[in-house]
Amino acid sequence: MSVTTIHLLTHLLVNGERKTLTVDPSTPLLWVLREDLKLTGTKYGCGIGACGACTVHLDGVGTRSCLVPVSLVGDRKIVTIEGMAHDPIGRVVQNAWVDNDVVQCGYCQSGQVMSVVALLKSNRKPTDKNIEESMGGNLCRCGTYVRIREAIRSAAEKLA
Amino acid sequence: MLTLILIALAVAQDSKRPPASEQVMLASPRSGGLGAWQKVYSVMVSPRCLNCHTATTYPQQGDDRHRHVANVIRGPQGKGVVALNCATCHQSTNANSTGVPGAHNWHLAPLSMRWQDVNDRPLSSADVCRSVLRLLDGPHLLKHHEEEPLVLWAFNPGRRPDGTMRTLPPLTHEGFVEATRQWVKAGTPCP
Repeated sequence: MSVTTIHLLTHLLVNGERKTLTVDPSTPLLWVLREDLKLTGTKYGCGIGACGACTVHLDGVGTRSCLVPVSLVGDRKIVTIEGMAHDPIGRVVQNAWVDNDVVQCGYCQSGQVMSVVALLKSNRKPTDKNIEESMGGNLCRCGTYVRIREAIRSAAEKLA
Repeated sequence: MLTLILIALAVAQDSKRPPASEQVMLASPRSGGLGAWQKVYSVMVSPRCLNCHTATTYPQQGDDRHRHVANVIRGPQGKGVVALNCATCHQSTNANSTGVPGAHNWHLAPLSMRWQDVNDRPLSSADVCRSVLRLLDGPHLLKHHEEEPLVLWAFNPGRRPDGTMRTLPPLTHEGFVEATRQWVKAGTPCP
């Protein structure tokens, strides 16, 4: 039995740019970003929303792109790690990451940064509890959590 | 003499009682209402409802009602916390290709609407009934059961990540609404 895949014309707004492509509407946004748009900063980790490596922003909401079929994105603004260079808070967070030498292997870090930016856009003075709760869905197998927390505190101080 | 007085009192009591046929008619709506309530209750404590009507600081998942993966917590509004809220994964409709359930305004029911105890057991039928009536009157509960998107989702819960269909509540949505209507019509009796 053959399986027919339907591809539909899809319009996306990614990092401020309009993109039009033809994709299977059931494709997770992650794969559209990585394979079709070549925005490979967003990483595939677990594929079940449990690690946070694929986090992007949809209208400012930190979202696991591995779980969202592209057909459900609609007209929401997509921002990926590549767009953080043009985001005032994103720049502060990325600089804090460098200053605190957070990264070890780096695989999870784009997802970490995306979650931190979502946190700091909503809460400029996060407590340790806020950080722990908000970052609880972003896993780092290298165990850089201490440096991540320091970098978040450092970024929050700069934004205060 | 005492016996005569007791007999007289008993006769007086009997004279105030309605005839037997009327007693049956008076009892029927309540017993029918209780039967309808049990149907309503059977849905309310099914995993599709109970997993988000928890008494815990986190949602639950699956027919075994295990703790939600990924360190998801209740948060101040029942929608998780910034950067790890319900909308981080749950969209406005089921995502069957990835197995993530979704509906408009996905969130946990407030703790005042918890249908389980702190030991993770469903509350009794009587306790849920009284809790419901503290929060909503009959007509409002009927409307909630008819229209609330998250209630509607429970009867169309979509596919699991492995592609199989999620287990449905024990009634259809129509049956659930009809049972609620009968219960309300009977005066919302509780066990």
